Amino acid sequence: MNSLLTQEVPLSWYLLLSAILFSLGVVGFLIKRNLITVFMSIELMLNGVNLSFVTFAHQWHAVKGQIFVFFVMMVAAAEAAVGLAIIIAVFRARTTLAVDRIDRMKL
Amino acid sequence: MHLILFIVFAGLCLAGAINLLLQSHPMMSALSLIVVMISLAVIYLLLGAEFLAAAQVIVYAGAILVLFAFVVMLLNAGREERTLGSRVAQNVGFPAVTAILAVIATVILHSHGLGVARLSDGITSIDELGAVLFTKLLLPFEVTSVLILIAILGAVALASHSGSKTEERTGEE
Repeated sequence: MNSLLTQEVPLSWYLLLSAILFSLGVVGFLIKRNLITVFMSIELMLNGVNLSFVTFAHQWHAVKGQIFVFFVMMVAAAEAAVGLAIIIAVFRARTTLAVDRIDRMKL
Repeated sequence: MHLILFIVFAGLCLAGAINLLLQSHPMMSALSLIVVMISLAVIYLLLGAEFLAAAQVIVYAGAILVLFAFVVMLLNAGREERTLGSRVAQNVGFPAVTAILAVIATVILHSHGLGVARLSDGITSIDELGAVLFTKLLLPFEVTSVLILIAILGAVALASHSGSKTEERTGEE
């Protein structure tokens, strides 16, 4: 039991995971062609950044790092609410969600 | 134990993220995103962030992704049509992503000051978090509540206003 509790994982693995998640989010942002999935990729990027905040908060025993993640979550919630409302508005005006077809600012 | 938990949930997290990119139906992507969020909550718990793990499940998996699933079903979004994307994305975007990932990975793997995470490290209690949040960071906290209020009003205004506009336009036609 004691050996199980002292088993350790280097923090660089957590940071690597966060970097890979962020890159996957960027790739999704570039290859996805549906407005909602593009928006999901942005959430994925935010989560990758959150993970590196939590990792550094653990490294330096800083509580403020975790509080920053809390603020990022709140802003992400606000962003999701407004963004999805915009997506609904766009869908009502264009009747499509394909980003290739939404290429004009005017109605 | 820590190593096993990390490998299992990091693997689930990456599998979910890759599945999000591969699925063509938005609903499947939303469900993969839920897998990513829940695995990340466990990883936060491994790093001792107990409150954030709970908030991750409640806010992300519970609220934001339900909102996503709701919009996907409301708009009846079908499979997306695959195109190759813009030329800018292909020629500049993917090399740039690869370069950024390579640079970050090199910096992380060559840094020496980074410590290790153990299960015996203990967790950050909600008391510590609350003490800092409600004394030193009280103003940002209150500003966030105003932001959420504005977001609610904005979401309602955007969703309802555009609806009446399209009704007018269809009426004119």
